[in-house]
Amino acid sequence: MLDPDVVEAMNKYNLKAYGNASSTHHLGQEAKMAVNEARHVIAKSIGAKDEEIIFTSGGTESNNFALMELFFANPDKKHIITTKIEHDCILKTCKLLEKLGAKVTYLDVDEEGFISPQSLEKAITKDTLLVSVIHGNNEIGVIQNLEELGKICRKHKVYFHADACQSYTKTELNVKKQNLDLVTLNAHKIHGPKGVGALFIKKGTRINAFIQGGGQERGLRSGTENVPGIVGFAKAVKLAMKTDNKKISGLRDYFIEEALKIPNVILNGPKGAGTKGIEDSHGFGNKASKQSKISGTTKGGDKRLCNNVNLSFRYIEGESIGAALDAKGICTSTGSACSSHMLEPSHVLMALENNAERAHGSLRITLSRFTTKEELDFTLQELKKAVKKLRKISPLTKLLRKV
Amino acid sequence: MYSKKILERFQKPKFAGEIKKADVVGEVGNVKCGDIMRIYLKIKDGKVKDIKFKTYGCVAAIASTDYLCEIVKGKTLDGALKVTSKDVVKKMGKVPAIKLHCSVLAQDALKKAIEKYRKKK
Repeated sequence: MLDPDVVEAMNKYNLKAYGNASSTHHLGQEAKMAVNEARHVIAKSIGAKDEEIIFTSGGTESNNFALMELFFANPDKKHIITTKIEHDCILKTCKLLEKLGAKVTYLDVDEEGFISPQSLEKAITKDTLLVSVIHGNNEIGVIQNLEELGKICRKHKVYFHADACQSYTKTELNVKKQNLDLVTLNAHKIHGPKGVGALFIKKGTRINAFIQGGGQERGLRSGTENVPGIVGFAKAVKLAMKTDNKKISGLRDYFIEEALKIPNVILNGPKGAGTKGIEDSHGFGNKASKQSKISGTTKGGDKRLCNNVNLSFRYIEGESIGAALDAKGICTSTGSACSSHMLEPSHVLMALENNAERAHGSLRITLSRFTTKEELDFTLQELKKAVKKLRKISPLTKLLRKV
Repeated sequence: MYSKKILERFQKPKFAGEIKKADVVGEVGNVKCGDIMRIYLKIKDGKVKDIKFKTYGCVAAIASTDYLCEIVKGKTLDGALKVTSKDVVKKMGKVPAIKLHCSVLAQDALKKAIEKYRKKK
């Protein structure tokens, strides 16, 4: 939900200081000052300079902007490196650029979702323009080591872009330390308003304007500024920087531990040090079975977003589990094909392991700073009921037990 | 996305389960595509005396199989074969376009069961 403090901050610019930030009258100037203050808050939060922050309509626009305009501004280099677990707004932009002459390498990930620095370095050629990596994955929560990847990019003098929509304020993000040239940020993942985001563009980056017009945002992204949205974004960042992420990851680990007590469930994404991914030997194929031999606790670890849980349930579909929970007022997501517009299972889960049942049976539970233990207990209780009920009417339950 | 009617049927299906001594069982689909439907039939005097199902799949898959069972119960085998996915969809109300293929699968499972039964005879 939108943080009530964010609503309050925005209201001033919706109801009173409703000036156009490009106008010279006092209301316009008040709006302009608010935009600049917000820019400062966001720049500071990632170790950037104010003028390196360009406000956009959100993560999707920022990602399109970064890839397309860097490609068009640098016609001497045609090679882009990204990963198989990016958000669709990166993957589809890459597909478009391929049609326009780009060569794109999609890096594989390991069974927890990590890309290997060695494979990145191997993929870089003289023709490589850009490396674009999702910092915290929206589905499986894996956090990539930007510092390590950034060093490789600097060594080979290629631009480095991170899609930090999910990771922003939840884990360290510093453009200097991590050697980032471009970073995508957005507001609505941190209880800010929908429809506002930002793109960090390091000074000196050769890039074209994404939207032509009145020259706002240093001429790179024209269009009247969404002043209340930008103010709300900055307020959300301030509040998020104060959030106790450890408390959220503690609740996350509690949930994972309890959920894995249900038979035939695995945790998708990073398992954390010394963790086991599976409750028992009923894995989803070879890779999963291997994990079951690792002993230890069942925690998400610090390489997983503090608010992300992604589980796969055998014999049943994630969409059905989600619908059963929804009937009880609990909102979740799934990587099952059935929930997507294309009837294809999640490309992220399929990148971890080519196992359709695991992708179809997946359920993502996202926590926030407002999530309570009571809510999680209620979710666990309803989850257990839903799984039991759906397994009872699944034709797979008996069939696979015989095997 | 789903109508109230479909969700209610998904929550409380009337024909979910199995018939222990079924005369015939028909199954279609696979895990890869994300849908498996299995229909159990008890047949007496050329009529569907009892019908149950097990489904691996989404909300629409479970609800449509249940509605199919409801339509088919009591019908002659020929009558059951004449039931089309349109009949099921009509009963379900508004089905999201992308989910229409699910209600075809239930038909296929029923058809397979009846054909199997007739071959056995």
